[in-house]
Amino acid sequence: MRSYVLYTAASFAAGFVFGLGLLVAGMANPAKVLAFLDLAGAWDPSLALVMAGAVAVGAVAFAFIKKRSHTLLGAPVLLPNPRRIDRRLILGSLVFGVGWGLAGICPGPALVLAGAGSAKGLAFLAAVIAGNGVFEFFEKRAAAGPARMQSS
Amino acid sequence: MSIAWNAFTPASALIGGAIIGAAVALFVTLNGRIAGVSGILGGLARPRAGDISWRVAFVAGLVAAPLAWGLLAALPEIRVDAGFPALVAAGLLVGVGTRYGGGCTSGHGVCGVSRASPRSIAATVAFMAAGFATVYVVRHLIAQ
Repeated sequence: MRSYVLYTAASFAAGFVFGLGLLVAGMANPAKVLAFLDLAGAWDPSLALVMAGAVAVGAVAFAFIKKRSHTLLGAPVLLPNPRRIDRRLILGSLVFGVGWGLAGICPGPALVLAGAGSAKGLAFLAAVIAGNGVFEFFEKRAAAGPARMQSS
Repeated sequence: MSIAWNAFTPASALIGGAIIGAAVALFVTLNGRIAGVSGILGGLARPRAGDISWRVAFVAGLVAAPLAWGLLAALPEIRVDAGFPALVAAGLLVGVGTRYGGGCTSGHGVCGVSRASPRSIAATVAFMAAGFATVYVVRHLIAQ
């Protein structure tokens, strides 16, 4: 029970610090993100430095945790390890990139915008959640398909 | 290409990026998980017992950050140029694409690249390329 409370608190803290980082970096401002994606316009390279700063710190943490089976709180380390680069990964990422380019918003900043009380941010977030529902619907149907065929 | 030196904010970008990296570090060294926002949020679309509270807590942390910031100082500039129809279309694409792609800018772009995961590097190249192409089409072909 104690560890459950600790994990939940750590999760909140990580999300909170993540949100502060986005605000400091200017990445909660969709106009700034789009200025990075606009290579042919007045290009703002800031986002590249945000990634560089995040990866520099993140790489140290992952190098540390890679050798352990449990975290500092005793939770199991659950790092995904699929290595296949398949059509699903690439097509999904391309579709995500088109949406990102249309709005200048990705899921993290969408939640920060919602917290900032932005009506446009909330509309975007609602659509993301609806999109997740669409994904779940097709996943469920795909999973049920072969099973139905087997039973008949 | 011309660099907008007046808009470029290298110091706050690097510092903000390092803070994001610290959040990723906190999450993986304490909870043992990847701080991938699309996956954490998406997992709530099909909630499973015992798998909900940490997700809700992470999402709540992201939402709480601007609220806490607003108590102490004015929030930094937020400008959303896209209109509501474009935002809804964009959100749907992001909601579907990130789930099929298994991650977004945080899970693949920050965490995956930090781990030198070939899958995440491929995903990051793909969504960056699609983002560049989309903005080019919207701003320089359609808007002309």
